[in-house]
Amino acid sequence: MTGGLLFALTGVVLFAMGVAGVVLIGHLLRRILAFNLMGSGAFLVLVGLAQRNDVPDPVPQAMVLTGIVVAVAATALALALARKLHALTGHLELPEDADE
Amino acid sequence: MKRMVVIAVAAVFAMVLGGAMLDLPLGAIDLRIPVAANLGESGVSHPVTAVLLNYRGYDTLLEIAVLLLALLAILAVLGETRAATPRAAHPVLQTLVRLATPLMIVVAVYLLWAGAFRPGGAFQAGAVLAAAAVLLHLVGLSPGWNTPRLKLRMGLAAGFAVFLAVAAALLPQGALLRYPPEAAGALILLIESALTLSLALILAGLFLLLSRDEEAP
Amino acid sequence: MSDPAFQPLVWLILLPLGWSTLAFALGPGRGAWTAIAGLATQLWLAFMLAVKVGAGGTAHAGPDSPMGTAVTHQVGGWGAPLGIDLAVDGLSAAMLLLTQSVALPLAVYARSYFKTGDPAGVWFWPLMGFLIAGLNALFVSADLFNIYVTLELVGLAAVALVAAGGGAQQVAAALRYLFATLVGSGAYLLGVALLYGTYGTVSIATLMPLVSADAPRLVWIAGGLMVAGLMLKTALFPFHFWLPPAHGGAPAPVSALLSALVVKASFYLILRLWLGPLQALLPAFAWLLAALGAAAIFWGSWQAIHAVKLKRLIAYSTVAQLGYLFLIFPLLTHPAALKAGVMQIFAHGLAKAGMFAAAGVMIKATGQDTVAGLAGTVERLPVTLFAFGLAGMTLMGLPPSSGFLAKWQIIEAALAQGHWIIAVVALAGGLLAAVYVFRVLRQAFLLAPEGAMAGGVAAVPRALEWSAFALAAASVVLGLRGVELMQLLGAGA
Repeated sequence: MTGGLLFALTGVVLFAMGVAGVVLIGHLLRRILAFNLMGSGAFLVLVGLAQRNDVPDPVPQAMVLTGIVVAVAATALALALARKLHALTGHLELPEDADE
Repeated sequence: MKRMVVIAVAAVFAMVLGGAMLDLPLGAIDLRIPVAANLGESGVSHPVTAVLLNYRGYDTLLEIAVLLLALLAILAVLGETRAATPRAAHPVLQTLVRLATPLMIVVAVYLLWAGAFRPGGAFQAGAVLAAAAVLLHLVGLSPGWNTPRLKLRMGLAAGFAVFLAVAAALLPQGALLRYPPEAAGALILLIESALTLSLALILAGLFLLLSRDEEAP
Repeated sequence: MSDPAFQPLVWLILLPLGWSTLAFALGPGRGAWTAIAGLATQLWLAFMLAVKVGAGGTAHAGPDSPMGTAVTHQVGGWGAPLGIDLAVDGLSAAMLLLTQSVALPLAVYARSYFKTGDPAGVWFWPLMGFLIAGLNALFVSADLFNIYVTLELVGLAAVALVAAGGGAQQVAAALRYLFATLVGSGAYLLGVALLYGTYGTVSIATLMPLVSADAPRLVWIAGGLMVAGLMLKTALFPFHFWLPPAHGGAPAPVSALLSALVVKASFYLILRLWLGPLQALLPAFAWLLAALGAAAIFWGSWQAIHAVKLKRLIAYSTVAQLGYLFLIFPLLTHPAALKAGVMQIFAHGLAKAGMFAAAGVMIKATGQDTVAGLAGTVERLPVTLFAFGLAGMTLMGLPPSSGFLAKWQIIEAALAQGHWIIAVVALAGGLLAAVYVFRVLRQAFLLAPEGAMAGGVAAVPRALEWSAFALAAASVVLGLRGVELMQLLGAGA
């Protein structure tokens, strides 16, 4: 079990936890945190699996840098939306969809 | 009930994926070789920076677009806002931040310069600068942002615009973002400098635009 | 070789990025004319590119795909797998053409739709620009990680467009959409990570010869993750939950862009993977996808028939019509099936954009957004109703519309391979579409009840009605000119 593989396995666990969190959790801030967890999991897999022989590979590292920035952008938008929803409704949970 | 099902599915998925990972043969392609081989022509001497700004510079171009878009999206979602009135923090905190800010600026400039030959670059430098701006706001020394006026908008867009302009200018040479080896280092530094400024503004803006009085409509 | 500075492929990405930045710098509410000028130029570029691809690509051979020899561009001059490659074959050229063709009339529509100071329209132009730039970049990318970045660009722009200027329901719909799209791209990214870990590259061309049917289990999981993530973004049943509130609640031009283009982008990617690097793996799931597609058709149509609000009805129609696209997967060994799928993308794209545009006019004019409240509109909005009717024709699959051509080709391909059940589902879907389309038309043709709308129907700018009409008419006229499109798709093959 090399270091890289350990990171990758951890990444898988984090990813699964993150997705479960986004699906199940109602509170918006925690949901956004779960999304970040999911993203971090995917990044860990990207770098860990590529470096499973413990030799550094610059390409996935650069890809993860890009991915982190993209995740920051998405998180910022999610927070702004959550903020706006709170300002409009006073709650930090998504209302039931009034399906008609 | 739904909770149990989702958690069970997630757990099974993780175990199956983990198991599949354990017995994986080595890959056919090793990109470290071409990365190292072309490093001399790339204009920088650190492989990750080379990948980020040269070999896969197109990804970076789009990624800056995503960041700028996020800022734009926040503006669109929030509508007309009035920035929160800064609340002065404890004087000790304010002094600390006053002392830290010039240091952070120096660190940022160093990170920008160092990116060519060790981990660093425009993103890291921009993030440090943005952090300085956020700290200044948190201790009450700097106001939050209203809807950006022309100068600020131009600052926000400048980095991306420079990157785009360089990319387009290089197009007649045969390919998008193909830096001529002699000028690669200089071009990358130019792009990174412009990006640092814009990234600092964008990242700071992502925070400072969201800071508003709760009672504001 | 032509002038190296004139690379329509690259300019289709650089140009919208450029004018979006300009529109942003110009400030709140500005940028309409920049956008329209930019989009018109892009439409011309897309035509040039389609002609170039149709003529068999360039002398510099690109990767061969089932859609013929591609026009390629190696960004940075490095070439895959070190650099990022862009490639345009018949399929990509068609998607680019569709994107620009739908975006331009919608831009004209949106200019008149958003009144000055409307919070939904304040930053519409740069947002739309980034959306189109992302779509163009997505359709030409031949690098799996680059595609991830373009997916995020498109997704975030779409979410922002849905949320802008809206109330609690709209913001909630946007948040639901955001979470769905982020989980979708997250799954896709994990798939890419697994592929890189296995093969050491994310370039589509380089991966193609490497992935065979006896690939490690990890690769199968990666494929499943990527397709599942993209299915979530395409709102395929049962992942469709986010679409009706988002498309139904957004302003009309936004709904049009989303239904016509954005959901097609993730479907295009499933096709690209299916025909490309994962071609040895994915066909095992063809019938699963077809079954889900059939479920989408029935469920979506059922909901549309019972929808109270007009835009919600049209959104459910999108869910149903997307099901048609997934019906083609078991048929893809027959070349006509792919052409049928692309024709359906075009037909639905143009028709749905026209339909949402028409709905926007009707809602603006009557001041309310239910189907029931449309009574009496036929007298005041004949052009709009006609546009709605034409779009409905395409959705139902009546000749000579492109919708008819698409369904005809699907049925033909299905029968040629003995899969008559797919033909039956396609026909049934057309009938169901007729039910909900006529529901709207019938309501509009009713006389207005006494006393209601005594003030009559508000006047709407001509540009709104005619751009809606242009889109809807295009969807019908395309049926007559379908031959050229089919030739493009078969380019070089």
